[in-house]
Amino acid sequence: MTTATETTSAAAGPHPDGPDDLLALADRVAGWARSGEDVEVYVARGDETEIRAYDGEVESLTSATSAGIGVRVVVDHKLGFAWAGSLHESVLAETLDEARDNATFATPDDHVQLAVPDGVVAVPFDLWDEALSTIPTSQKVALALALEAQARAADPRIRQVSSADYGDTSVEVALVSTTGIRSSNRKTQGFISVGVIAGDGDASQTGGGFDTARGFDGLDPDKATADAVGRAVRMLGATKGPSGRSVVVFDRRAASTLLSVISTALSGEAVAKGRSFFAGRIGEQVGDTGLTLVDDPTNPLAYGAASYDAEGLACRRNELIVAGLLKGFLYDTVAGSRAGVASTGSAVRGGFAGTPGPGCRALALTPGPEGFDEDGVLAAVGDGLFVQSMTGVHSGVNPISGDFSVGAEGLMIRDGKLAEPVREITVASTLQRILHSLVAVGADVEWLPGIAAGQTLAVGDMQISGV
Amino acid sequence: MIDTPVLERVLGEALRHGGEFAEVFAEDRSNSSALLDDGRVEELSSGRERGAGIRVVTGDTTGFAHTADLSEEGLIRAAEAASAVARSGGGGTHTVAVGSLHAAEGSRRSGSDRAPTVPKADTLDLLRRADEAARASGGAISQVQAGYGGSRRDVLIANSEGLLATDQQRRTRFSVSCVAEGDTGLQTGSETTARTLGYELFDEVSVEDLARMAAGRALSKLSARPAPSGEVPVVLAGGSGGILFHEACGHGLEADHIAKNASVYVGQVGKQVASPLVTLVDDGTVGSEWGTFGFDDEGRPAQRNVLIEDGILTEYLWDYLRARKEGRKSSGNGRRQTYQHLPMVRMTNTFLLPGNDDADEIVAQTPHGVYVAKLGGGQVNTTTGDFVFGTTEAYLIEGGRITEPLRDANLIGNGPEILKRVDAVATDFAMTPGTCGKDGQSVPVGCGQATLRITGVTIGGTTE
Repeated sequence: MTTATETTSAAAGPHPDGPDDLLALADRVAGWARSGEDVEVYVARGDETEIRAYDGEVESLTSATSAGIGVRVVVDHKLGFAWAGSLHESVLAETLDEARDNATFATPDDHVQLAVPDGVVAVPFDLWDEALSTIPTSQKVALALALEAQARAADPRIRQVSSADYGDTSVEVALVSTTGIRSSNRKTQGFISVGVIAGDGDASQTGGGFDTARGFDGLDPDKATADAVGRAVRMLGATKGPSGRSVVVFDRRAASTLLSVISTALSGEAVAKGRSFFAGRIGEQVGDTGLTLVDDPTNPLAYGAASYDAEGLACRRNELIVAGLLKGFLYDTVAGSRAGVASTGSAVRGGFAGTPGPGCRALALTPGPEGFDEDGVLAAVGDGLFVQSMTGVHSGVNPISGDFSVGAEGLMIRDGKLAEPVREITVASTLQRILHSLVAVGADVEWLPGIAAGQTLAVGDMQISGV
Repeated sequence: MIDTPVLERVLGEALRHGGEFAEVFAEDRSNSSALLDDGRVEELSSGRERGAGIRVVTGDTTGFAHTADLSEEGLIRAAEAASAVARSGGGGTHTVAVGSLHAAEGSRRSGSDRAPTVPKADTLDLLRRADEAARASGGAISQVQAGYGGSRRDVLIANSEGLLATDQQRRTRFSVSCVAEGDTGLQTGSETTARTLGYELFDEVSVEDLARMAAGRALSKLSARPAPSGEVPVVLAGGSGGILFHEACGHGLEADHIAKNASVYVGQVGKQVASPLVTLVDDGTVGSEWGTFGFDDEGRPAQRNVLIEDGILTEYLWDYLRARKEGRKSSGNGRRQTYQHLPMVRMTNTFLLPGNDDADEIVAQTPHGVYVAKLGGGQVNTTTGDFVFGTTEAYLIEGGRITEPLRDANLIGNGPEILKRVDAVATDFAMTPGTCGKDGQSVPVGCGQATLRITGVTIGGTTE
């Protein structure tokens, strides 16, 4: 299961509702630190339910609990790390010893250190839905089956529901260090997702939809189904699109992916190591004057809203690009030290088996004028290409060089409206040029799962490759 | 890992309230890794995970539970949970007797390890040597990252049909990534070796060679021009990735996609789906390749499966559940990332058999096109067949000669159309390792091919 992708709260003392037993366990392991060494203990525990419906039946149903520990040891400016997928008493000391042994092999580095409380006060969030644990499995099964049935019946052109899933997770985390960090946090998440295949003659097209909520209540199968079906059906009849230069409108999902990729280059670690096209450009004009980019996990609406980062420091609002000027980067403690600045409270980690590094949680562009939604952006653009889905982002976007080339499907935009569907095309530019070529930013902010907001985005001067 | 009488009792508990099939998949896995970055050994990491996943199949429903507690009590609790969730899924309540376990399939070792533990200092020496070799490749190399990873994965599979199998899998991986800095900005190059072997991998592989390849790739792109846009003939170098077939048809031949009508290859067995030059094999038994193992994660021995023969589709890839529905045998392609995951149909080592053409001749007989020396990743929509794959080292072909380097780009095509456009396959076969992601699970795979030409693929560059 995915364990603890989000972390920590309450700097001093246990959270009133937090996992006290995990904190106590972390306290105990951190207490085994020897003189001259600093130790950070991260423990996580999670419950997971996952249900997949297919053809009116439950195809699979998973119910599981898992837990683990990750330990960082810093001694003589050298870092070692070890983890274990268990909180069994026998593995705790072994994990600490292994981290300690690993540290002896690292190269000494003055910047290597654990976080120290910096006095920044955290914004409290309640991310735990108590009701989730009271929902019987039968009710979750019923939701998955209903989602599948609904998608199947939504439109006569739906040939197949390829997936209809319900899932929920409950994750508790505690973080304790000998440098004064002591925090805990817990978070629940419910989700549904559905994938459909629409058909017309020989041609098939796919679409996916989903919804997320803090728990079981609030999950909306209508929304997920409408999105999946709408996306698949409007692609029916798609042909390979034409080549040429064009304005490209990214729908909210594609735009969120685009922002996430750009965020990689805003990592203070990538910059310090010369692995970002933004390196050495602070204060320079890196984008259109209409471009303001902020990472703000203190925004309660954001999917990635969090009180504390993965090193136990308060999350905060960080301005990265303002009116096109590059203002700053995201730092954890080590990357900040390397750059001669303090941590921006931006450490993230992928659970107990990973070490922290700087990253975004809630990146968004300053939205356009109120009411400026997808239709508004399309009307403003007039003619171009609307992209509803991108592929090959991992293979065709390079956040170091900035080269950008992705597979795309979507619809042509004619006279400010969506027209015929196109597929099997690529959209290319460079990330540097994309930032300078923003034509419109929608006000239709939707906090999609992930680290960046979805908002309709129009980018000029992109190369389309097709027929 | 677990005594046979315990396994029998756990399987009995799993089926006590009904069900047609139960399985225990136990895993004991440890990983160690070391990372050199920015000239420093930054991080050594060690991890250990052990546990078991228990499946109970009732009617069309699979109940699944996993636990990190390998004691009999822990396993019994997981079996009860799997049984309960299978029943709450609403499946039928047939009951079958649990067969007594027999190690007919026995034990295997995939990638024997020379030493049970690799001295950490030795891995650091490899990292430093790679760093030095990369930096010595050219003054424009501005950053080097080198990583070592080793894993030991012991698995045990027992099921209610009496199957009992164990496999000890050893894997080792080494990669180098470089950044080169020039007037045109930053460029990147990387190279990875990864095999189902222990530390003896380094008897065969020179980390200096890997580093020089990675550095060379970054350096050559400093003078690269933007890739072209539009449809061009493409020559893929031998061992450039083989990802083409993995995406263009490999995923589309997985029986779960077939069963759900989510593949362009549904109903195509026996039909010409590719150029007659295409014979495609998936084979989990090949030497020590990255996708090789003794038993798959359902206890079926790895085997060689011919998927396309002389352009004719011969077979899909099967796991236990999909095969059972069709009344046939698994093809040994049931794999899972860890004990916390349900198995699904996955590829192993997927490769195109070499042909008879000469690699240099293929280039010489291409008046204009793109030569791809190294591919990155790819992605496919199995339902439409549309797929992309990215280049990380590519050149223009002009007048039958490889000329200017090109910046990275994705290529896009439709599987069944592209397979028919393969018009030359050379003899210089080579395999490369990769990581295949499906439904949130990653598994190691191999891809292979010789130099080949496709008469037309759309390349997504920026120059018209």
